[in-house]
Amino acid sequence: MITGPIKFKEAARRNLAAQDLRENLRRATSHSTTLRLKAVSAVPEWEDLRSEAHAIKKEAIDHLAEYLERFESQATEAGCKVYWAETASQAAEYVVNVCRQKGASLVVKAKSMTSEEMELNTALEGASIQPVETDLGEFIVQLAGETPSHITAPALHKSRTQIGKLFSEKLGMNFSDDPKELTRAARAILREKFMDAGIGITGVNFAVAETGSLVLITNEGNGRMCTTLPRTHIALMGIEKVIPRFDDLRVFLKLLARSSTGQKLTSYVTILNGPREARETDGPEELHVVILDNGRSQLLAHPHTREALYCIRCGACLNVCPVYQRVGGHSYGWVYPGPIGSVITPELQGISQAQELPFASSLCGHCSAVCPVKIDLHHMLLWLRKSAVDSALTSRGERWIIKLFAATMKRPGLYRWSGMLGWMVQRILAPRGKGLRVPCWSAGRDFPPLPKKSFHQLWEEGEIN
Amino acid sequence: MRIHLFVPCLVDQFYPGVAVAMCRVLKKLGVEYAYLTDQTCCGQPAFNSGYHREATELAERFLKVFEPAETVVAPSGSCVSMVKIFYPQLELSPAGKRTLERLGPRLFEFSDFLVRELRVVDVGAQFRGKVTYHDSCHLLRELKIEEQPRQLIRNVHGLEFVEMDDMQTCCGFGGTFAVKFPEISTAMGTDKAAAIERTGADAVVANDSSCLMQIAGILSRRKSRVVPMHLAELLAQGI
Repeated sequence: MITGPIKFKEAARRNLAAQDLRENLRRATSHSTTLRLKAVSAVPEWEDLRSEAHAIKKEAIDHLAEYLERFESQATEAGCKVYWAETASQAAEYVVNVCRQKGASLVVKAKSMTSEEMELNTALEGASIQPVETDLGEFIVQLAGETPSHITAPALHKSRTQIGKLFSEKLGMNFSDDPKELTRAARAILREKFMDAGIGITGVNFAVAETGSLVLITNEGNGRMCTTLPRTHIALMGIEKVIPRFDDLRVFLKLLARSSTGQKLTSYVTILNGPREARETDGPEELHVVILDNGRSQLLAHPHTREALYCIRCGACLNVCPVYQRVGGHSYGWVYPGPIGSVITPELQGISQAQELPFASSLCGHCSAVCPVKIDLHHMLLWLRKSAVDSALTSRGERWIIKLFAATMKRPGLYRWSGMLGWMVQRILAPRGKGLRVPCWSAGRDFPPLPKKSFHQLWEEGEIN
Repeated sequence: MRIHLFVPCLVDQFYPGVAVAMCRVLKKLGVEYAYLTDQTCCGQPAFNSGYHREATELAERFLKVFEPAETVVAPSGSCVSMVKIFYPQLELSPAGKRTLERLGPRLFEFSDFLVRELRVVDVGAQFRGKVTYHDSCHLLRELKIEEQPRQLIRNVHGLEFVEMDDMQTCCGFGGTFAVKFPEISTAMGTDKAAAIERTGADAVVANDSSCLMQIAGILSRRKSRVVPMHLAELLAQGI
């Protein structure tokens, strides 16, 4: 829950000044974009796959209620317990109740952005249930008492050295910045937790309507263990995770890993069809599926932004975003950062809570160009800007400037006169041959000097022929 | 061929030399040009800031001013995108819509006009030195113009072309973004300037004066020796 308007500008300024963070972000995002580019160039039919994925998602979202009901009935038939949560707090409450019923005091968790939306760890801790993040990145973030700064790489903002220091401080081990050694330390702790945990919680990458299957895409194997070791598994998904057919995975599996980490396929692709059956020896006894709305169905009604529900959370738009690369995920104030965050945060939390976000983009369009499901992200930001203006959320000063600008541009005479006025002001205030010092521009850049004559003047005076 | 010039307000006020250079190249290629003197701004700043009412008023005005034109050429990918890509998102009058439907396909960005419409890649320009090229975002991603400027640059006599790192990464201008988030914008521009300098180029070329305003502002603050140049200015060298 956001308790007040997100202060992106303030946070971004602070994060921009943190040299360590800048370097960590630069290293990590340039690594992922290079890998992605390599993986994508090796697939000649990439653009066709994107179009196909877009069409499948369109079909799923256009008939969302239908496919969700189909999924529910198939999953229920396979033995799952399906719970529909309208709000994040309802979803968290349901999970806490299941934990209580099972008498669980320890929960192992796989990476799930939906659980971040639900602020599930806080809810569990409030009920004296210990949540343990088992995704290495999430484990680091939890140890540091922070939130993920990236959709797929939660601890992307930290360097090896920072993680080494964190481990030595919190886990009492000798300092090391060797990833292998750090992973081994985390593994030793997590193995025990896996054995003791009564409940495993995961997210869901895809929910197949046709078969009721839950699909999980992970790299470390801990996600899968959350679904096999504990007696109860709770899977959390937003309503937009449903896809019509099992065969659609053919398209999404090709796109997701390549977009996200530059892999052909992640190390683990887990497909779950209900809890353990009587004749089976493995798997949880109970499988709960929590389907969360949390504002998503309102997005359905917004014609210009509803395609944001096509998102498969690959994180590619974050990695290529020149703004994200410099200010990091925490600047965006809520669960989802980067371009996709700038679209869905205002939509899910209300534009008045996040009105700075749609403006925090140079509209370069790199996000839309890499999106594996072809979400027109940067054009959505433009629509959200309009919505901020229509809701009178922009400053009175800005509204006047735009009015004045439009009034000037509608009158060629006035437009030309203001150009000449600018030149005269420059002549009085600026050193010869230099431009004026302009607020909000000149701190780090020189402003161009106005020439004595505009093109219009040159033309009128016959100097162009 | 006869065309009408669309000289964006930024070019008109700050960089008239760009439009003058464009005229010189067009003349060399035997293109006749006219200039509708009532033109001001296409409305992009209002549109990008979310003020559709003001943007629509300026779009209507633009379409009225350019009503007599058949073919229009502009030295800006950004302003051409505004008309071609974003005007259709506005609620235009029937008359405005009609003009847009007719004019939209006949509105060209300068490099695209030379290469695809005139089928010219060598205008006979000469430039002694190393040149790198920055892909302006609107030109690249809205208009999908990537090869045309490079073809034109490569064919300048005496010129050595060199690509910079991350040539397709935004310079950080982004219209009002540059003044709403000056720190982020400057940080982006600084990385762009560093990439430009690493090539050892004598000049950096782009097709949008807005990007060049950002790049030039940063290069100048860094006291860099690299000269920022619009493609039209490069192509007018030696002709």
